[in-house]
Amino acid sequence: MWGYIVRRILATIPVVAVVAVVVFSILHLAPGDPAAVIAGDQATPQQIAAIHARLGLDRPFHEQFLVWLGNLSRGDFGTSIFSNLPVSTLFLQRLEPTIALTITTTLLTVGLAVPIGVIAAWKAGSWADRAVMTFAVLGFSFPVFVIGYILILVFAIWLDLLPIQGYRSLEEGLWPFLRHLVLPSLALGISFMALIARITRASVLEVLSQDHIRTARAKGLPTRQLLFDHALPNAAVPIVTIIGVGVAILLGGVVVTESVFAIPGLGRLVVDAILHRDYPVIQGALLIFSGVYVLVNLAIDLLYVVIDPRIRY
Amino acid sequence: MKETRTKLPGAVALGALAFLGLVGTPALAQETVIRSVPIGNLKVVDPIWTTAYITRNHAYMVWDTLFALDANHEPQPQMVEDWEVSDDGLTYTFTLRDGLKWHDGEPVTATDCIASIRRWGAKDAMGQALMEYTTSLDADDDRTFRLVLTQPVGFVLDALGKIDSNVPFMMPERLAMTDPNDQITEVIGSGPFRFIAEEWVPGSKVVYEKFEDYVPRDEPASLAAGGKVVHVDRVESIYMPDPGVSMAAIGNGEVDLHESPATDLLSLVEGNPDVVITPNDPLGYQLFMALNHLHPPFDDKEVRQALLWGVNQEEFMAGVAGDPERYQICPAVFGCGVPNESDAGAEQLLAFDVEKAKSAIQAAGYDGAPVILMDPADNSTLHPAALIATQTLRRVGLDVQVEAMDWSTLTQRRASKEPPANGGWNVFVTNATVTGIGNPLSHNFVKNCEQAWYGWPCEPKIVELSRAWALESDEAKRAELVEELQRLHLDNVSYIPLGQYKPAIIYRKELEGVIPGPVVFYWNIEKAS
Repeated sequence: MWGYIVRRILATIPVVAVVAVVVFSILHLAPGDPAAVIAGDQATPQQIAAIHARLGLDRPFHEQFLVWLGNLSRGDFGTSIFSNLPVSTLFLQRLEPTIALTITTTLLTVGLAVPIGVIAAWKAGSWADRAVMTFAVLGFSFPVFVIGYILILVFAIWLDLLPIQGYRSLEEGLWPFLRHLVLPSLALGISFMALIARITRASVLEVLSQDHIRTARAKGLPTRQLLFDHALPNAAVPIVTIIGVGVAILLGGVVVTESVFAIPGLGRLVVDAILHRDYPVIQGALLIFSGVYVLVNLAIDLLYVVIDPRIRY
Repeated sequence: MKETRTKLPGAVALGALAFLGLVGTPALAQETVIRSVPIGNLKVVDPIWTTAYITRNHAYMVWDTLFALDANHEPQPQMVEDWEVSDDGLTYTFTLRDGLKWHDGEPVTATDCIASIRRWGAKDAMGQALMEYTTSLDADDDRTFRLVLTQPVGFVLDALGKIDSNVPFMMPERLAMTDPNDQITEVIGSGPFRFIAEEWVPGSKVVYEKFEDYVPRDEPASLAAGGKVVHVDRVESIYMPDPGVSMAAIGNGEVDLHESPATDLLSLVEGNPDVVITPNDPLGYQLFMALNHLHPPFDDKEVRQALLWGVNQEEFMAGVAGDPERYQICPAVFGCGVPNESDAGAEQLLAFDVEKAKSAIQAAGYDGAPVILMDPADNSTLHPAALIATQTLRRVGLDVQVEAMDWSTLTQRRASKEPPANGGWNVFVTNATVTGIGNPLSHNFVKNCEQAWYGWPCEPKIVELSRAWALESDEAKRAELVEELQRLHLDNVSYIPLGQYKPAIIYRKELEGVIPGPVVFYWNIEKAS
């Protein structure tokens, strides 16, 4: 088991290396010049050229890559061309809102979607099942920003119960912190919930047809115990997979939700950097994300072992 | 026993969280805070390194200037207490006001100002022109310095009081000694607000606090000049990418002021009695079409002139500004409502005759070559303008190919002098604040020949007359030169003015004292509790 973990962790190195080369290459081949964006519209071509040279952007591609790689080997992810702040600082600034949104969305989503999916499977073919499936289709079909706008309109503007936008750190109080996360978590969670409910339903439905469930039912086990102690654990592997993928996506930043609700998360950091061609931020952030994705996948694989004792590495 | 022990940590944690929830951060609740939505995303803090308007606006909070324009567009002393000009017009002696301090507590000195002028003069076009005629800049004492010219020029105070990018902000010498092509590493100024670096989240939030040691002038505030009296403790500038949400936020009172609301969403707050909508900048922006003078078809002056017949400023303004109260037809290259306004040579531009444009373009020998129009699809003002430009050009018989791209790509591509088919371009639309283009020296976009902006127009006579304007101090002669320049610019079609419009700002009625101008100045604003 430990050997497996070590092998998987070591395997992240070539993955991240490939990501580094690909991202660096694409960025420098794509059109756009950060010096032009920095200098602004009123700047003359000579001013832009001067900044371009000063930032070392006129150096050959391989030279720029080696410099960046050298810095990376020393744990230096680089400095934003624009703000002059270290990429790591920018990343850490945005980490708390992203983690907070990830946790609240995951808790909300899993807490509701899994039971809903289980019940839908148990009541397959009934109105409850059809309601869940309809919700799943609708939830998945609506763009997140549309859901966000509707939630803002109803809960923030009409009912004035919750704030329209923004993020409050936990330092500013638990209630302000949670208040500002309710609507974005719901907006994100609805489509995520739809997916998890659907996967849960399908997975549990398959398990419910198995012999051990029939035996448990014949033995007179209460329904609740049958579903959540016997069926769900056996159906958990695909559910955990999809939750893990969802968490990885959330950690990578959900730029649409962050933009709608003005949450200073990692998604906006990266998209802003792309629009401005802030190469160090893009490169650093994507490297970190690729590492996170690999580790999240590893965590999911290890969770399989916990959930299903038949799985061994 | 075991049960109690396992439950205790959880109870303590819950209690701690509950305590956090109750306590919050009470200190902020007693401050007067203005929460505003800025015009953009502040990523660069150095107003000399960049010309970006968001950085200019940020800089007005934390830095001050030697002179500043008042509401009549006349330069007035700001950091300067007194100044004199020698009889031969060659020596300017400036004395700083007493009590000026940097945010780190150090006094503002003449050497700080000299270093700041040099750094600005290395970057800014007007500053470069000033430095070209400057033979020395020396400090006489801590508060006095002299600027000595090689010959009398008429624009020294205009330059030092320039309101638009790059504004000649004064910085501590150690920051002003930074290479102008590098960004400064600290934000320390002598302006009415301090920049709170530890709360800056680039792309999301900027925080300023009142600088208690700032000494405002006695005169009332007037545009960028006069007394900068701060009536609030703190300004939080919160960038919101979604225009609909930012409008909802001001309607709901979550923010107090919105510097750049989307024109087509103003209807969301128009009926709200708690919100004031106003075109804060009396001059606004000029929209204009940049043509590439290097490649066909616009390398041909006759084609450029023919195009003037086909431009309808009303269409552009209606598409960009919407409400006729917020725009005006304006053929003046240096803007309308400013001392250098002129409509000389504008008959063709104002005529709007599509048939005449078509026949003139054919007569000029247009061969049907594609015209590449760059469309910044991510810009909510310039994207519709680009679409209207497409229609305008097609209507007069040009074969337009629209290439949609983001603004970053456009700023790179417009620097290319390659043929359009090889990654170059023929035309794009952009805008500029009228305060920034008000005279031949500051107007970067119509510079010609070696100093030309993108499009690279080159009429040597324009260069000669612009220089003559810079050296002329007689107002009547300057006016004649401007009129001649206006005529020449339109004759050569350096670019095409597409009208002048005034974007609105919106703010909650609790705010009073918002100063009309191209920048929202946060001094003078009071917030009723």
